[in-house]
Amino acid sequence: MSITLVMCGLLFGGALAWLLEGIKPQSARWVSLLTVLVIGVYFAIALNSTAYDFSTLQLLVRVAWIPSFHIEYALALDYLSIVLISLTLFLALICVLVSWQEINDKVGFYYFNLLASIAGIVGVFTAVDMFLFFFFWEVMLLPITALIAIWGHEDRHFAAIKFFIFTQVSSLIMLVAIIAMSFIHYQQTGQLSFLYQDWLILDLPLSLTQYLMLGFFIAFAVKLPSVPVHSWLPDAHTQAPTAGSVLLAGVLLKTGAYGLIRFVLQLFPQASLNFAPVAATLGVVSILYGAKMAFAQQDLKRLVAYSSISHMGFVMLALFSFNIIAYQGAILTLVAHGLSSAALFALAGMIYSRIHSRDLNNMGGFWLNTPRMGGFALAFCAAAFGLPGLANFVAEFLSLLGAYQRYPILTIIAAFGLIGSAIYGMVLFQSVFHGKRQVKPQAINDLSARELLVFSSLLTLLIFIGLYPNSLLDFFQSENIKLVLNNTAGVTK
Amino acid sequence: MTDNMLPLMTETVLAFLPFYPLISFVLLILLGKRLSWRLAASLSIAAMVLSALSSLFVISQLSVDIPVITSHLWTWFTLSLAEGANQTNQSAASININFYLDGLSAVMISVVTGVGLLIHIFAAAYMKADENFSRFMAYMNLFIVAMLILVLADNLVLLYLGWEGVGLCSFLLIGFWYQEKANVLAARKAFIVTRIGDTALAIGLFILFKELGQLTIVDITQNAQLLWVAGDDKAYWITLLLLGGAVGKSAQLPLQTWLPDAMAGPTPVSALIHAATMVTAGVYLIARMNGLFLLAPEVMNYVAWLGAATLLLAGIAALAQSDIKRVLAYSTMSQIGYMMLSLGAGAFSAGVFHLMTHAFFKALLFLTAGAIIVALHHQQSLFKMGGLLKRLPFETALFAVGLVCLMALPGSSGFFSKEAIIAQLWSSDTAGPLLWYCAIFGALLTSIYSCRLFFLAFMGESRFEQNLQPSSSKLLKFSLIALAVLSLIGGVFANIIEMSLAEVFPLDTRIVESDPYWLHSVAIATPFVGIIFSWFYFASYRSKESAASNKNTFIASSSGIATFCRQGLAFDSFYHWLLVKPYCYLAQLNRRDVFDQLLMLNAWYVGLCHDVLKSSQTGKLRWYAAAIGLATFLLLLVLSVDVISTEAS
Repeated sequence: MSITLVMCGLLFGGALAWLLEGIKPQSARWVSLLTVLVIGVYFAIALNSTAYDFSTLQLLVRVAWIPSFHIEYALALDYLSIVLISLTLFLALICVLVSWQEINDKVGFYYFNLLASIAGIVGVFTAVDMFLFFFFWEVMLLPITALIAIWGHEDRHFAAIKFFIFTQVSSLIMLVAIIAMSFIHYQQTGQLSFLYQDWLILDLPLSLTQYLMLGFFIAFAVKLPSVPVHSWLPDAHTQAPTAGSVLLAGVLLKTGAYGLIRFVLQLFPQASLNFAPVAATLGVVSILYGAKMAFAQQDLKRLVAYSSISHMGFVMLALFSFNIIAYQGAILTLVAHGLSSAALFALAGMIYSRIHSRDLNNMGGFWLNTPRMGGFALAFCAAAFGLPGLANFVAEFLSLLGAYQRYPILTIIAAFGLIGSAIYGMVLFQSVFHGKRQVKPQAINDLSARELLVFSSLLTLLIFIGLYPNSLLDFFQSENIKLVLNNTAGVTK
Repeated sequence: MTDNMLPLMTETVLAFLPFYPLISFVLLILLGKRLSWRLAASLSIAAMVLSALSSLFVISQLSVDIPVITSHLWTWFTLSLAEGANQTNQSAASININFYLDGLSAVMISVVTGVGLLIHIFAAAYMKADENFSRFMAYMNLFIVAMLILVLADNLVLLYLGWEGVGLCSFLLIGFWYQEKANVLAARKAFIVTRIGDTALAIGLFILFKELGQLTIVDITQNAQLLWVAGDDKAYWITLLLLGGAVGKSAQLPLQTWLPDAMAGPTPVSALIHAATMVTAGVYLIARMNGLFLLAPEVMNYVAWLGAATLLLAGIAALAQSDIKRVLAYSTMSQIGYMMLSLGAGAFSAGVFHLMTHAFFKALLFLTAGAIIVALHHQQSLFKMGGLLKRLPFETALFAVGLVCLMALPGSSGFFSKEAIIAQLWSSDTAGPLLWYCAIFGALLTSIYSCRLFFLAFMGESRFEQNLQPSSSKLLKFSLIALAVLSLIGGVFANIIEMSLAEVFPLDTRIVESDPYWLHSVAIATPFVGIIFSWFYFASYRSKESAASNKNTFIASSSGIATFCRQGLAFDSFYHWLLVKPYCYLAQLNRRDVFDQLLMLNAWYVGLCHDVLKSSQTGKLRWYAAAIGLATFLLLLVLSVDVISTEAS
């Protein structure tokens, strides 16, 4: 089981794609597709053949990197990271497929950036040395910024800069917190350490942890994103190429949630418990504000972007409820939203490639020509507004059910998000597919085989998880998670 | 077959019962327009036949010894419980895909598959010419799947799945002719308004789970009765929220506004979803959770009053409608009001019985109306009809049968069920004489608007000049006749229903001796009073001369009160100003995202500094020299002041 191999394989595949595109055009996408497929298969086989019990964090690699600061190259895996890496690799496949005909300029470099950012994301999900984590955190941002800045839409430079500044400023705060943690370790043991496992056993003074926790929290809240630091997302999503949007919504936002689960909640249980009411309120505000803003948008991609903010609010609320059901709901939301928002952005990309517009006013009556696309779009909208039977319903239901145990009033307010999501879901679906036909019939074609493959694989997964969520939830029933949650919840009593 | 085999087989049949239409749905969607009309129609109808036969079989297995049949499919998800969080000692609650068949769900599935089958047959003929025929039948099938899951669910989450599923199908079918703006808006409105109720229901589930640690219906009822006494606060809030869900789906006050607009859908949809099955889901929910509702007598009282208010409001609104389908829509609302009133009064089995008979005769009314509308080239206005008695005798006869049941004239199915309701109101603890008067007044309204409809459409002089195109399809006629027969003889099911529901609902031990002796005679006489009143009051509508002499008789009155009633007592505009406008306005106001604007102030500030500093870079030597001079002077000044002040100290 080598995560390093996964990352190197992705980087190598990306470099190869870049190189080969110069020699033989059209080869980059095939190389990328093969790379992601091979890596995915390798990951699956390797997982099945290891003897580790991933219900707790298993350290896989630990090599000294910068010995003078005790910085190590340390990677670890547990079910949380496995689920998120699987999601990442699956969406990587989708990303390659949706870029198939969209990208015609600097194709090789494009695929290199795509695969490099995916390699960085895999690193983020596995690094347990915090310096290494920070390194991967930056590695994944640069290629994505490049994706937006080079292959984006009309306002791409502005969006790329905004995205970059938001994430840089917030991750600088995290860097300060990381260094401070390392110094605390130095004070207590006489040795610097950036290793997550070492930090877990530190005895931290509460007064200090409040600030350290905030340092991490802000970085992850920006990435999640949560109101009021969400505004990079609509711009970045809108301007990014389709694959960039899929990657941003499907995976990049999940790194924020992952950070909250892995670092904020586990390193600073007491501080996060004290902070929980604020965080949960932010979550509820995000749910409602995101849903309302989504309704107001005229730009299809902006609408989906704001809906992402609304969905991520559920994650925030659920995580800070310290309840096992809500925790499961949060994890399921990550996967479900990864799939459904990826599908909606892919849809936006497909529509853009047909009519060269993202404006809802230019759409309408598409059902007549594209019934298949309409059917899929309906299913994905239904997933977004939480139709039972699809993954998002179970996720939201568990999140709210669990959150209610702790914050009854907040959860009742959050439940109004169900109405808000129905409103924007209806607006999205109906303004595109219902009504009078806006464009000439010959202008839009129904789904191609490649697009059909993208959509049907996404929908199959959504339905499967929606009807059999235990396939995922079983991994998160373990005693260990309960232990952590009970520990944190027990402090109040 | 051995005795051991039979229960197993019954379970298997029950497990597959809702899924035949699902197979048909998938096939119809995948193959789409490649299927011929014959294939698509037979596929969807065959699926319905299979479901109906399975229903018959499983219902026949129910008996006094086996009051309940359950079927476990798979575990949906498991809810872990924090230790000691609830009173029952368990660590996890499983939410299963389980089907639960008892007397109540037996009534429901027989209505859904039986009436559903007849409407499918009708629809196959009615929609034959539509180019999206297979899509239509696919949606209808999907609806049946969701509805069957709703009524068979053994836990509230699975019920919620069906609940949302029927909502989505309703949305799809209302907006089936999606190119018309009005249909699109009606579909959206129906979905969002019912979604408001659904959200209340969802919150109800959260509270239920927190209090009881259960979402399985049987366990909820048992535990609630163990833990709470009647009048408990928790039971009050939970049932109030469940009621919120019920009023949304069943188009009762205050969430009733979507139903009249939903008539934009094709007529079989109105018959199936907006009359016979989906809109009665709220009634089913309350009947199903009767154990919980009995713990909250106040909410039972609210249910009764909401039902009464809706039946009066809808009855008044129905008096002023000019569209034949909208009259029927308001009439549906009003009849569901009766069911609610009955549930609120604790007469659960009477309410469910009325649900069944109403499904028969309202489906008949809608489908016949559909046949008439098609014959009249899609003319729906009552004022453009008239004299159809002679021109469409077959349809007229069927429609008359439906109206007789609606008015509850003695002998018809509606008579048995409505009388059963009214008879229990007077002495009920949660209803009372006042509600009895409401119900009687509602019955009077019903007979008046029924007569008005009948006179306008079928009597008098014909006001429709073109040739009629009545459908000659045998399928169509068969389903109409079958429904008419069911409507007429529906009363004979009274005993069977009574028996099968006896297990589900608590025994009614009330002594009804305190009822005044004249109650029954008044209730029976009321519809006749209405007919006699209408005969004279609406004389101009049925007379042959008036059409020629006074054209004004046959246009919708534009007086204030009439318009007010026609618009459903102005609830629509009320909500429009109260909710829709502010929401849209807020959204419009903040389209640029105020948080983003605030954050972008930083960028603006940096840009400002940039501009200020840039303006100093003029490239003119004399400016630079002056600036250097000025700066040196200032520097020296500061320094000298500093030196002086230190020396002074």
